[in-house]
Amino acid sequence: MNNFLNLSNSLNNYIILASILFAIGIIGVLVRKNIIIMFMSIELMLNAINLLMVAFSVHHGDPQGQVFVFFIMAVAAAEITVGLAILVMIYRNTGSVSIDALKKLKW
Amino acid sequence: MDQILFLILSGLAICGALAVIFSKSPVYSVLALVLTFFSIAGHYALLNANFLFIVHIIVYAGAILVLFLFVIMLLNLNKEAEAKQPILIKLAAFISGGLFLFTLFGALKGMDLIITEKAPSTNIGSVEVLGQVLFNDFILPFEISSVLFLSAMIGAVMLGKKDLKEN
Repeated sequence: MNNFLNLSNSLNNYIILASILFAIGIIGVLVRKNIIIMFMSIELMLNAINLLMVAFSVHHGDPQGQVFVFFIMAVAAAEITVGLAILVMIYRNTGSVSIDALKKLKW
Repeated sequence: MDQILFLILSGLAICGALAVIFSKSPVYSVLALVLTFFSIAGHYALLNANFLFIVHIIVYAGAILVLFLFVIMLLNLNKEAEAKQPILIKLAAFISGGLFLFTLFGALKGMDLIITEKAPSTNIGSVEVLGQVLFNDFILPFEISSVLFLSAMIGAVMLGKKDLKEN
């Protein structure tokens, strides 16, 4: 792959970086059992998408992409707030933050 | 200069992301996440997106990571040993993540190199331009996001209360 050799400030580099970050987020969600780490991996994935969106927005000269990133950040903040509140509730009821505590949710 | 900065920031971001998912203690994960978020903020600065640079630092470093640290300290999770995922599931996770990456790279391989022309005169990422777009074209989503925040706040308070029935 010659994209790694050509180090100009191209959009392809941002696509590669965002793909790697997104894949790390996916692996984090699948590998870990701690719910907090899973939340952090979700944040990583959201950030990868944000970075890619900003790169494309700058490339096309269109500010609407950056406005979308702003909204994604707002939704992520709300999501983390509610998620951590649910996490505190789970810890209070089961005494653990492992995803195994929620096995009853499985079909 | 830009390329060296890009490489350094990318390396920091990827190392931080790997440290997030592989460190044993959740506190170290949060600290690695701080590193990742700051390097992504550096990427925004490199892309000349000043508004998002500031907002990213305020929202992520200022709000979300503090929230994470606060919950970890509150629940005193640092000592708890985490149950290990079975090795088969771990292997499956790595294979699926790697396949995803492989697919994206394969799709990218057939593409031409897209060069971003640096145009310093077009200040797309400035507060002025984004404010114009946000309050002209996106005024309805902007107002709806305030409702979202209100409902998230009420939901968090309701979930966080100890005994809803007794009060």
